[in-house]
This record gives sequence, structure tokens and C-alpha cells, in this order.
Amino acid sequence: MATATGTRTIHIKVKRYQPDKDAKPYWQDFAVQAEGNDRLVDVLNKIKWEQDGTLTFRRSCVHGVCGSDAMRVNGRNRLACKLLVNDIGARVTVEPMLGFPVIRDLVVDMEPFFAKYEKVKPYLMNDEPAPRTERLQSPEQRERYDETTKCILCGACTGSCPSVWANPDWVGPASIVNAHRFIFDSRDHGGAERMQILGDRNGVWRCRTIFNCSEACPRGIHVTDAIEEVKRAIMFGTTDIA
Amino acid sequence: MYRGQSGQWSWLFHRITGMGVLLFLLVHIVDITLIGFVSGKVYDDALRVFSTGIVRLVSLALIAAVLYHAFNGVRIILVDFWPAAHKFQRQMFIGVLVLTIAGFIPMGFFVVAPIFGHCPTGPNGCQPFLI
Repeated sequence: MATATGTRTIHIKVKRYQPDKDAKPYWQDFAVQAEGNDRLVDVLNKIKWEQDGTLTFRRSCVHGVCGSDAMRVNGRNRLACKLLVNDIGARVTVEPMLGFPVIRDLVVDMEPFFAKYEKVKPYLMNDEPAPRTERLQSPEQRERYDETTKCILCGACTGSCPSVWANPDWVGPASIVNAHRFIFDSRDHGGAERMQILGDRNGVWRCRTIFNCSEACPRGIHVTDAIEEVKRAIMFGTTDIA
Repeated sequence: MYRGQSGQWSWLFHRITGMGVLLFLLVHIVDITLIGFVSGKVYDDALRVFSTGIVRLVSLALIAAVLYHAFNGVRIILVDFWPAAHKFQRQMFIGVLVLTIAGFIPMGFFVVAPIFGHCPTGPNGCQPFLI
């Protein structure tokens, strides 16, 4: 029945939780007709629009840019808008990400995540008077932090990290990635301040190099490598050697 | 359980083997303490327990734990200090498993052989302890 682009039946098992009526989460099965090149978010939309309007999940741009629809699909964190039915098989389990408080069904509370993100001061810090034109940078200097500019703050890395599950106070991989983006930016002067923040007990040292974050990142950021670069920058006191 | 890959399993094994080695260390501290705080005879009796068949089998787990923990510790150090290591972490994990198995086979042989009446280190190697 299943062909590369033909219509097929997808059996999707969703972890449901509606705090106003459910004492605890439970699994609900749905069968949906979908095309091979439909995305998982299309399948979830079909359930919501045609079968059960109470199914709750986030989505916004639906093109892998806004990072709203990160969820655990077949056990791994993924963006629902970047997964094709062709690639996920005929039986799919969908759950909210681990490490986040669940608000309703697949919607998790991102507030603690963004509070930790703000903690690393994710903005350009430079007290010098602004020049008349751009603050210039060589291609090599720009390349140094290029990868970590790609983060869309979906939380997939953070929700895949056992250190986050064990310690909700830990700053987490996404915050470190965004600190890396500025620490290694030649125009920024706040690196020392950020490295002090990340050098404390809930900073980079709680990373156990598990690599789940790198595998989960929908933007292909080598998250563990970025964390290791920040660790080395803190340890050696310079961004040159990291 | 999150469906992690080699990195997650390497970390989980590292934690479990670390706890196992720590547990053995505590037992070892207790048995060494016996010689000073109780008596030489009790110490000798305690050591004989280590040579019983069942404890020899448990020792196999200890050997595997120590070898894995040591080799994976080197892997973690490389990930921390070698900038390109993240590209090879999966291959390094396989290397850790290969080295652990390669070290385990000969060491395990020396530990288990006396159960079957074979003393690879000569008759004095296991005679007094084999029960």
C-alpha cells in the first residue's frame, strides 16, 4: 500500500494530557490518510481539523524556521514541520519533549528555557561608540561563529539532554550555543562576562558530552562541539585556542 | 527513555560502571580494614571469599567495568581537549568497546580458570584460594 508519494494510512499514537480533565497523561491512537510527502505537522493538522479539535500543539511558520513545533517523534526530538511521512514510517509515536513542564498535550512551557537563554546575555555587547558604518569583520572572523548563528531556539537540544532532565537549573545546551555565538564574535566585548556566567556550577561543566543535543538539532549545529569550545575558552582563558 | 545513540549509551555505561567500581572500592576498603581493626585470620577468611566461584564470576563484571570506565574516560578526555574529536566520537566509542573486550578476554580467563581447576599462574597461583 505504501508508495513513495501515494496516499497511505498513518497510525499515530499521541501522548495526550489536558490538565483540566486528565489526572495523568495517556496515549491516544489515530489513523490518518496521508501522502508520502506530507509532513508530520500536516498529519497533526488533519487530526485536529478532522478528528479531534482538542489536540493541542504549537506551530507557526511550519517551514523549520520559527522552532515552534519541536516534539519527540519515535523517541527523538524533531521539528514536526521537517519530517516527511515517507521518512517516519506507518506507525509513529508523538510526545512532548522531555525536560519541559507539559502545559497541554504536545505544548510545553518554554518560559524557563527562555529565562536561561537570557541569562547568557545573547546580544552584542560593545561599549565603543558605534561607527558610522558597519562594525567590520573578515570572512574568517565571521566564519568562526557561523554555525551557532543558526539556532532557532526550538529547544530540541535541551529536551534531549539527560543533564537537563536531572537538573532543571542547568543553563542547558541552547543557552551555551547562543553564548558561543557572541563569545566567538570579534565585534563583541562581553565574552569574559559570559564565560564567568558559564563557568559557575550550573554552567558548561554540567555537560557530560552525551551528544544527544547534536543529533537532535534540526539545524545541524554541532552543539556538543560548541559547548566544548566554550569549555576550552573558559579553561585556557582565550578564544584563540578553543 | 529517550532514543539516544552511541553518545547516550557511552555515558550511561560510564555512569553504571563508575557506580559499580565505587561499590567494589567500598567493599575493598572494608576488607583491607579487617587486617588492622579486627584480626589477620578474619582478613584471610574474607579474602578467601574473593576466590569462591560465585565471587570470581562477579569479578568478571568488575573487570569489564574497570576496563570500560578507563577506556571511555580517555575518550571523554579526548572529546574535551581535541577540537576534532566530536567528529569521531562514535568511532571512538566502538574503539572503547573493542579495547574493553580485548582486555576482558585474557583477564577474565585468569580469573575464571581456577573455577574449572586450571591455574594459569601455576599451582601456587590459585591453590590456597580455590574453594
